[in-house]
Amino acid sequence: MTQTVFYLFAAFAVVSASLCILQRNPVSAALWLVSTMFSLAAIYVLLGAQFIAAIQVLVYAGAIMVLFLFVIMLLNLGHASSDFRGPSVVAGTLVIGGLLLVELFALWRYSPNRLAAEVAQSPAYNDPALLFAAGELSRQEAAGRGVVGAVAAPLFQTYLVPFEITSILLLVAIIGAVVLAKRSI
Amino acid sequence: MSDGAALLGPALGLSAILFSLGVAGVLLRRNAIVLFMCIELMLNAVNLSFVALAQLHGAGGYVMVFFVMTVAAAEAAVGLAIILAIFRHKQSVDLQNINLLRG
Repeated sequence: MTQTVFYLFAAFAVVSASLCILQRNPVSAALWLVSTMFSLAAIYVLLGAQFIAAIQVLVYAGAIMVLFLFVIMLLNLGHASSDFRGPSVVAGTLVIGGLLLVELFALWRYSPNRLAAEVAQSPAYNDPALLFAAGELSRQEAAGRGVVGAVAAPLFQTYLVPFEITSILLLVAIIGAVVLAKRSI
Repeated sequence: MSDGAALLGPALGLSAILFSLGVAGVLLRRNAIVLFMCIELMLNAVNLSFVALAQLHGAGGYVMVFFVMTVAAAEAAVGLAIILAIFRHKQSVDLQNINLLRG
């Protein structure tokens, strides 16, 4: 059942992403990207990451894509002419994209067992349940404290300093966006 | 082993497909805004592999997704401001017209 739903949403994500890069109209491209993000959120739920799925919808589909649509409409790009590159670039893209795809597609064959064997290289760790005890532990923790609590604990304990640095990054982004968008430059 | 762990390989494969589509979009399109959307697509693909591997390695992967989303939001805000400034200067977001730094 989970497998079927996963493949359904995976097919939807791939089709939406292809349409996103092939649509001439930037507004349709943005809307197809939103649909890709919604199917990714559904896949996150299937993978047991409900909190990430929620912020995927809120931050990506809600905030970032609205920003994109605002800029597209502000610049009045809704009826742009064809903006694809020439045939030589298309051929190059097919070659590079195909090579990348073949290279990355080997990932499809990864199962927890194979990953355990390759990471540890030792027969003692060939039992994935041993090697991936961390995942099992965090799953138990999620069952105990709730999904948000399981994400919040490492965020505010192990990764506290990076989390605080994130606030500086956001401050820099706010100031940068305001300065760049000012008319006098 | 949870139900989701069986989806590890397919999730990594889907992430590879989405990343390649993002790369293809960046190479194919000339519209700067569509280019930015393809970069967001690539960031999403990376997020998917983080979430898939977090099932095995614990909640640290979720924290990384959180950071990637923050960086994506900051990048979108600054990038779109740059595009606005370029549009005001050139009346176009076509990357073929943006060749100020070409020697």
